[in-house]
Amino acid sequence: MELYVTEISKYVIDFFMLCYVGLSFLAFKYSTEKKRKGIYMGQILCMFAVQISCFIQIIARSGEAVYLFFFAFQIIIFVFVLLLFSSIYPEGNRLIINNTCMLLMIGMVMLTRLSYDRAVKQFFIVTASFVIGFFVPEIIFRFEFLKKFTWIYAAVGVVSIGAVLIYGAATNGSKITYTLAGITFQPSEAVKILFLFFMAGAMTKARNIWQLFFASLAAAVHVIILVLSKDLGSALIFFVIYLALIYISTENIGYLALGLFFGVLASVISYRLFSHVRVRVQAWLDPFGDIASSGYQLSQSLFGISSGGWFGLGLYGGSPRSIPYVERDFIFSAIAEEMGVIFAVLMALICVSTFLMIMYEGYFIKDRYYRLLSCGVGVSFIFQTFLTIGGGSKFIPLTGVTLPLVSYGGTSVLVTIVMMMIVEGVCMIRTDERFEAMERRKKRKG
Amino acid sequence: MQREGNKKKRIRSYPIVILSVFYAALFCLMLGYIACYSYTNRQVLMDNSYNTRQQILLKQNRRGSILSRDGEVLAYSEAGDDGKDVRRYPYGKEFAHVVGYSVNGKAGIESLAYYYLINTSIDLSDKVALDTKGDKYPGDNCVTTLDVNLQEVSYNALSARKGAIVVTNPRTGEILAMVSKPDFEPANIEAEWDSLLADKSTDAKLLNRATQGLYPPGSTFKIVTSLAYIKEHPQDFENYRFTCSGNFSVDDERISCYHGETHGSLDFTKSFAKSCNSSFANIGVGLSRKVFSRTLDQLLFGKELPVDLLYSKSSASVDESTSVGDVMQLSIGQGATSITPMHLNMITSAVANGGMLMKPYVISGIVSADGKSVKSYSPGSYKRLMSAQQADILTGMMVDVVESGTASRLKGLSYTAAGKTGSAEFNTSSSDSHAWFTGFAPADDPQICVTIIVENAGSGGSFAVPIAKRIFDAYFGAE
Repeated sequence: MELYVTEISKYVIDFFMLCYVGLSFLAFKYSTEKKRKGIYMGQILCMFAVQISCFIQIIARSGEAVYLFFFAFQIIIFVFVLLLFSSIYPEGNRLIINNTCMLLMIGMVMLTRLSYDRAVKQFFIVTASFVIGFFVPEIIFRFEFLKKFTWIYAAVGVVSIGAVLIYGAATNGSKITYTLAGITFQPSEAVKILFLFFMAGAMTKARNIWQLFFASLAAAVHVIILVLSKDLGSALIFFVIYLALIYISTENIGYLALGLFFGVLASVISYRLFSHVRVRVQAWLDPFGDIASSGYQLSQSLFGISSGGWFGLGLYGGSPRSIPYVERDFIFSAIAEEMGVIFAVLMALICVSTFLMIMYEGYFIKDRYYRLLSCGVGVSFIFQTFLTIGGGSKFIPLTGVTLPLVSYGGTSVLVTIVMMMIVEGVCMIRTDERFEAMERRKKRKG
Repeated sequence: MQREGNKKKRIRSYPIVILSVFYAALFCLMLGYIACYSYTNRQVLMDNSYNTRQQILLKQNRRGSILSRDGEVLAYSEAGDDGKDVRRYPYGKEFAHVVGYSVNGKAGIESLAYYYLINTSIDLSDKVALDTKGDKYPGDNCVTTLDVNLQEVSYNALSARKGAIVVTNPRTGEILAMVSKPDFEPANIEAEWDSLLADKSTDAKLLNRATQGLYPPGSTFKIVTSLAYIKEHPQDFENYRFTCSGNFSVDDERISCYHGETHGSLDFTKSFAKSCNSSFANIGVGLSRKVFSRTLDQLLFGKELPVDLLYSKSSASVDESTSVGDVMQLSIGQGATSITPMHLNMITSAVANGGMLMKPYVISGIVSADGKSVKSYSPGSYKRLMSAQQADILTGMMVDVVESGTASRLKGLSYTAAGKTGSAEFNTSSSDSHAWFTGFAPADDPQICVTIIVENAGSGGSFAVPIAKRIFDAYFGAE
C-alpha cells in the first residue's frame, strides 16, 4: 500500500509541477496582472497539489505523524503570504511571489527529508523573512531618498566584508561568517543588497567616463575583498552584477567586452596565485581522479543526480546524505536523486521564469534607477542559481553558493526574499508611472 | 495593423533583452547537459565503489541470477541463515573465471552485469506482494552466451593442466565457453581470499588466463606472418620456394625447426602446414618491415581490444631498427612477442568470418525476474582485419594444416576443420613448450572457433589438437 502511494505520487508530483511551470511561462503571454489572474489561480492550485503530494509521500515513507503538524503550519503560512500579498499589494507582480513560494516549498520538503531540525529552523527564518519582506515594497515605493546614499552603501559594504576578511574565522575553507547570538550570518549575502543599491545609484548618476571609472573601482574593491576571503562564488556574483548593470546603463557592448576581458584576466591570475582555485578546477575537470579527497563532493553529487533517473527514487529512497553540505550547496543533487531529473529541471525552469519576469519588469519601467535595481536583482538571482546548479553537475567548476530560496541557510533566504520584495516595490512604481501617464493623457484630451 | 507594428518595433533596452535571452539559453544548455549526463552515465557512476547507493539497492533487491544461453543457472543468490544473501554457484569451479565474483572487488560477468543484477524491473504489484511478505525484490537476471555443454567439455578436456580455452562463434562474436586453469571455488572466494592473494607461485588462480594470460604465440603466429607475406605478394605468393635443412641462419642468428626436424623442399602452403620455422624465418627476413608493422597494427597488437572483460594487451612490433635476429624470432612467434588466447581467438575468428572481426560478447540480454526483457545485445561487427580474399587464402592454408600438416588428428571427421598449431618455447634453456591450437569448423561455413593453450605440455599437435577435437565433436554432436 505504502509502495503504491509513493510510486504513484512521483508521477502526480511531476504532473502538477509540469502544469505549474507551463503556467509560469504562459503568464508572459498576457501583459497585465488582471489578465493573468486565471493563471495565478491555476499556479496556486498546482503549488498546493505538489506540496500535498510530497507531504503524503514523506508521511507514508517515514511514518512520522509529527510531520503532519509541521506541514499544516507550512500550508497556513504560505496561504497567508499569498492572500495577504495580493490584498496589500494588488499592484505587485504575483508571478514572482508565487514562484518564490513554490521554490521555498520545494526547499522545505527536501529539508524535512534531510534534517527535520534544520527544516524547522528554516521554517522560522522563512516566516520572519516574510514579516520583514512585507515592509520592503512599501519602503521602496515611499522612501525615494534611499536613492541618494549611493557611496554610503559602498562604504558600508566594503567595511563589513573587509572586517570579516580581517577578523572573521574561516569555516569550511571558503565560507566566512559572523556569529551573533548563535545565529551565523553571512555578510557577503547582505552586502549584495547594498551593492545593488550602490551600483544602481552610481550608474544612474554616471555622466562621464571618470564617474564610471570610480564606480568600477569601488566594485573592484568589493570583488577583490571577496576573492581574498576565498568566497569565490560571491565574488563572481558581484562581478556579474557589475557587468550586467554597466552594460544595461551604458548600452555599450564595448564595456561588457572590456569587463569580460578583465574578468578572464583576473581568473587566470587567481588560478596561478591561489591553490584553492586550482584544486577546484582540477576537481571539476576530473572529479573521479581524486575521488577520496578533492573530488569527493562533486563525485557524490554526480552519483546523486544520476541515480535518480527521470522520476527519482522517491523521498527517503536515495542517500543524498552521502553528499557533504547537501542542504546548502548540493540541494539540487538531492532533489534530482529523490524527486527525479524531470522535477529538478522543472524547478530550475521556475527560476528561469522568475528571472525573466524580473527582467520584464525592469524592461518596462521608465525610471533608470529602478530599472537597474530590478535587473540587478534578476541577474544576481539567476547567476547564483547557475553557479550552484552548474557547479553541482560538473557543468562549471564548483564555487559553493546556495540555491536561492531552496537551500538551507538563513541569510540566503532572508536576502533573497528581500530582493524579491524590492522587485515588487519596483513593480508598484511602474504601475504608478503608468497611472500618471494615463492621467496626463486624460488631461491633454480634456 | 500599421499602428500596432510601430508600437512593437521600439525596443526600450537592448541589453536587457540580450541578457535575458543569454541566461535563458545558458539554462537550456545546462539543463540539457544535466539530463544527458545523468542518463548516459548512470551505470558507470553506479558501478563506482565510492557510490553508497549500491548498498541501498542491495538492501532492497536480491542480486539477480546469471544464466547460460539456454537458461541454466550459473549463479544465483538466496537468503542465508543470518538473513544476509548468499551467492551460490551451481557449477562450482567450471565457470569460475568467466562468471567471476563480487567480493573484495568484482570480476567477470558478476562485474560487467553488476548494475543490472542489483536493479529490479519487476512490476509494482509484485513489489507490493513481496513487501507484505517482507521479502526482497528479485534483481534482474543476466542471460549470457555461454554454452554449459561446451564449457563442461572444455573444462574436463584441460583436466589438471594449466592453460586456457576460448570458444566463440566467429559469425556473431558470442563467447560460447571460456576456461582458465588453475581455478578457484567461487563460493569460497571470500574465505580463501587472503591465501589466494598470498600465493606467489605461478598458479595465479585469480588470473583469467583466457583474456589476461600473455603467452608467446609460437607457430600460431605464422598466421600473422603469412598474412603480411600475402599482402606484400598478392599475386605471386604461390611461387615461394624454400628448402629446409632443419635450420636457417643470417649472420650469427640461427633458427631451428621444432625438435630438429628437416622439412626438405617446401612451397608457401606447405611451409605453413608443416610449420617450418626455417622457412618462416626466411619469409620474415624478406618481408617489408612497413607491411609487417602495418599488419600487426591491423591485427590489434599493442592496441585496445573490443573486449569487456579485463584483458591484457598483446605485444608484437617491428620497425626499421629491429635487428634481423629479432625479426626472425618475431616471424615464428618467439622472442619478445606475446598474445592472449582471447586475442588469438579474435584473429582466428576474423579469418573464419571473411576478414571481419565481430565484437566478442558474453552478455546477450538482461531479463527481469518476471520475464520482461530489460535490455538485449545483438552482434555487431567491430573492424575488418583483412580482406575477404586474404581470409580465404588463410582458410585454405589452415585446412591444409589439418589435411596434411601438424593438426592431422582432426582429419577425416564428419566436419572439415581448419586451424594452426603452435608449440611455443618459453624457456630458452630447455625444450619445454606450451601447446597451442587455434582453429574453426566447418571450414566452408564456420560456426565455432576454438583457441586452446596448454601450458608446458609439449607440441600443439599432440596436446592441444585432441582437446579441440573433443570440443568440435561436442559441438557437432559426433561421439
